[in-house]
Formats: sequence, C-alpha cells, structure tokens
Amino acid sequence: MSEIGTAPTLQRAALPRNLVWGSTIVVLVLLLAFIGPLLAPYPYDFIQAQHRLEAPSFQFPFGTDEFGRDVLSRTIFGARLSLFIGFGATAVCLLTGVPLGLIAGYRRGTAGEIIMRAMDVLMSFPPVLLGLLILAVTSPSLWTLTLAVGVVYIPPIARVTRSVTLEIVQEEFILAARARGERANYILFFEILPNAWPPVIVEGSLRVTFAILLGAALSFLGLGAQPPSSDWGLMISEARPYVDQAPWIVLAPGMVLCATVIGINLLGDGLRELLDPRMIKRAA
Amino acid sequence: MIIYVLKRLASIGIILVIMSILIFGITQALPGSVAHIIAGQFAPDEVVQAIAEKLGLNDPLPVQYWRWASGILTGDLGDSLIMERPIAPMLSEALGRSAILAVASFFFIAVVGIGLGVIAAIRHNKPVDHAVSTFTYLGISVPEFFWGLVLILIFSRYLRWFPTGGYTPLDEGFGPWLWHLVLPTATLTFAFIAHISRLTRSSMLETLRSQYVKNARAKGMPERVVIVRHALRNALLPTITVLAIDVGVLIGGIVVIENVFSYPGLGRLLIFAIERHDLPLVQAAILIVAAIYCISNLMADLLYAYLNPRIRSSESGR
Repeated sequence: MSEIGTAPTLQRAALPRNLVWGSTIVVLVLLLAFIGPLLAPYPYDFIQAQHRLEAPSFQFPFGTDEFGRDVLSRTIFGARLSLFIGFGATAVCLLTGVPLGLIAGYRRGTAGEIIMRAMDVLMSFPPVLLGLLILAVTSPSLWTLTLAVGVVYIPPIARVTRSVTLEIVQEEFILAARARGERANYILFFEILPNAWPPVIVEGSLRVTFAILLGAALSFLGLGAQPPSSDWGLMISEARPYVDQAPWIVLAPGMVLCATVIGINLLGDGLRELLDPRMIKRAA
Repeated sequence: MIIYVLKRLASIGIILVIMSILIFGITQALPGSVAHIIAGQFAPDEVVQAIAEKLGLNDPLPVQYWRWASGILTGDLGDSLIMERPIAPMLSEALGRSAILAVASFFFIAVVGIGLGVIAAIRHNKPVDHAVSTFTYLGISVPEFFWGLVLILIFSRYLRWFPTGGYTPLDEGFGPWLWHLVLPTATLTFAFIAHISRLTRSSMLETLRSQYVKNARAKGMPERVVIVRHALRNALLPTITVLAIDVGVLIGGIVVIENVFSYPGLGRLLIFAIERHDLPLVQAAILIVAAIYCISNLMADLLYAYLNPRIRSSESGR
C-alpha cells in the first residue's frame, strides 16, 4: 500500500472503453424504461386474437405471442420491471450488507461473530431456495420479489466487505488512526470504506445483474410478477410451449435481458477501473 | 487446527437447528391450511377440524416443531400430502439425480473457471484476456433458463443431437443416460463459470502486482514457479470463498434448469411441492438442500484455513 501516501493526481484523461459502452447501453435501457411505453405500438396486454403466433413482420417487428399480443410492445414494457428488480434489490442489499460487513471485519469479537453467524444462517440457504422460501409464503408480486431478492444478497455483500476490511485493518494507516484516538465510526466509514470499496463496487455491480437474473428466474418459475404482466422472465416462461412454432417470443425478451445485463456489467467494470487508485497510477 | 475444526463443526450444528426452526416457522405461514388441502376445497368445517385434530395441527407450534424435528433425526420426514407416500425415499431418489448434475457441473466450473481466470491474468490486456472476458461476459449475462431454451432450440429441435429433456436411468444404458445430461450440464457450466474466472482474474492481477511477487521475480525464480507457487496460492483464497457461495447459486441454478429440462430431480420436486402447497415436502426438501450446502461451506472454510497460515494460527491460538 505504498501508493496510498502519494498525492492523488487526477490523470483520468481517457475514460475506460467498457465504461463508455456500458453506460451507453444502460442509458438506452433506461430510456426504454422511461419513455419506451410512449413509443410502444400497442399496450402490453392488448389482445388481437386474429394475429396469434405471427412471425415478425412490418406490423409486428418481433412477432406476436399465443394471444396475439405484440411482442415488441411487451418487451419494451418489461424494461422498467427488470430494472426495478435489479436496482431495487441491490439498494436493499448494499444499504444493509456494507455496514454489517464493516462492523464484522472491524470488531472481530462478539459483535462480529453474531453478525457473521446471522449471515451464515441466511447463506445456509442457496439464493434461489431462500427466495423460494420467502415467496412461497407471500402472494407473488413485483414488490415481494424485489424485497426477497434483496434479502437474498445481503450476506455475500457483507462477507466481501468483511474480508476486505480484515485486510485493511492490518494496515498501518488504521493503526495510526487508532493511535490518534479516532472514533470507530470514523475509522469504519472514512478510513476503511474508501479503501474497501473497489471490491465492493465489483461485487455490487455483479449483484445488480445477479438480482435481475435471479428475479427473472423466480418470475420464470411463476413466483414473481403475475400474468398478464410483461416481465421478461414471465414472458419467456409463458412462451415455452410455443418455442417450436414461435421462437421469437422467447428470443426477443431473452436477448434484451442479456443486453441489459451485459450493459450493467460493463458499467460496473468500467467504474472499477476508474475508481481503483492503483490502476490510475499504472495508466499514468 | 483441531480446535478450529471442532468449533466449526459445533457452529454448523447450531446453524442447522436455527435453520430448521426458520424453515418450520416460515412454512407455517404458507397460504391454505394443511387440513384444508387434504379435505378438499368444499369440505365442511367439521371434516377439516377432524383432520386437523388427527394430524395434531391444533397443538401448540413448539410441540409440532418438536414432533417434526425429532422425526427428522430418526430419518422420518413424514408423508407427502399430495402423493400420500413417505417423503424420505422420494427425496433420496430425486437427490441422487440432482447430485449427478451438481457434481458434473461443479467440476467443470471450478477447473475451467480458475484456469481461464489465471490465463487471462497472465496475458493481461492481450487478445487471450479479451477473448476470455468476452466469453465470461456472455456467460454471466445469459440467464440460465434462457440459455437452456436456446440450447434446446439449437441442439434438439433443429440439429436433433440431444433429447429436449427428461431423464433415463443408468440401467437402461450408459449412452441414453449420458445424452440426457449433456445439455443441462452445459447450461449450468456456462452460466456459472463467469463468476469464478472473473474473480480469479482480478485477484490474480492484484497478487501479481504485489511486492512479494516482485521479490520472487527479482530473485530470478522461473515465471512458472512464481505464478503457481507464489501468486496462485494467495490469489485463490477469495476464489475458494466464492466457490463455496457459488455452490448455493449452482443449487439454485439446478432448481431452475431441472424445470427447463423436465429433469426429475429435487428442484422439480420442490417447485411441484410449492405449487401444490405440499407443506411437509417443502420443509423436507429445503432443509435437506440447505444442510448439504452447509456442509460444503464448512469444507470451504477448512480449506481456506488450511491454505492461509495467518488464519490457521490466529484461530487455533485463541
């Protein structure tokens, strides 16, 4: 950590390329989520019985589904649902997991032990299973799905934060801060957190996409948003019986879902390159 | 080290007890009472009451929990409400099938994932690194159920190489058995390899930049020794933790994939049970899977302690 001592010079001339591409895709998806419904040719639940399972055409660019609903419109309406799950659940797990991890890494006595054992109990359930357990007893909806996914990802965030904290606590500048008599809160959030957060950012950016994917998977299993909602996971699940005759009902939401996740991943990685002081120094 | 192992074993036992209480408690809130499900939708209240009385559903919850938990300790998981058969043999059969999928996928994920990560780190910013990054981006960004459907579309609908799903027991021939496993395993491996290789890459990059690796190089050590003996050993520490976490993600993936490929394992059984509100089956399935996951976590912790001398000595010295 000899770099810490050197003054932070701002040599950030070129933005990382994946940051540029990632933010472009994310902005596009955000636009889709916010103004997309204005552009969509049909409402997401508009049934045209005479146009069932039609192949992509000029009138229906992504074809129609088994009820004759326009797949393009449904896919556009699905964007806001997916983003809501992804960012909502990540906010839930970061706001809870990071403080827990910092405390557990800094206070290795009883407090840390209790936190990590509680996390262990939560983590003793594989993610989908914990989600299933929570969603099986609530009536499935977008809100409960988001909350359930958020709770599922608290322990990994706390664990990563803790393991970074454990390393940083051994550094000399923490010793110095303690010798100065700084309060624990100050050390946690102003000494440790700024140095701990590159791995936390990577983990967090992974969580957004994991949350979108887990949300989609649980919707796919029928435990998220309910029909006639145009959640992408639900759309793919409903299209399964028709995958032979009408692959576009599966492919359209699936591809957009993949693109969204790729965009957010790129953005997260780009941010990491931008924020990691050691990387800035190397680039200089 | 022995004290550390004993301590971890004890804590796993406590965790399992807490988990079983949690599972029991949460499933009590399942919509639709068990007695209603057995009696049928239109049964008169007296019938429902009689069934509840017979099954002991009117007893206080701690009594019910104790009956359930002590049953599990003697290997009695109760009867399924829907299928009206003992749960234990049903579960173990499904578990065996899921285990095949799990072991095969985990092996490919660990070996190929770490390998790709190390290669990408050594060839940092070279074409190989970019190829691995692109590949893992695809893997991490394709939801496993979508990837599974795409594989079905390509390899069984159009090319007709593999079956669309289902399962053939091993005694009906090795070929058909293996053929039914290829697509689910490929789906799981591709979907979960990315996390491991990305993590190995970034932690390996960090390690390669550290002072002691520079020292080792300055001493004139062969690059292969520096990477394998010095860098990889430390770089793998976070990877091991995450591999253990990924066992859980993998189990979830198996639940989803079994439903995509109509593979008669534990995952399909569990979703079936949740859909039908088969309370004893839901409890038993979740508890068994969680217990398996606990044990894999314990093994990862022990491996971590074994590989990291700092933790090994500080924990056993306490």
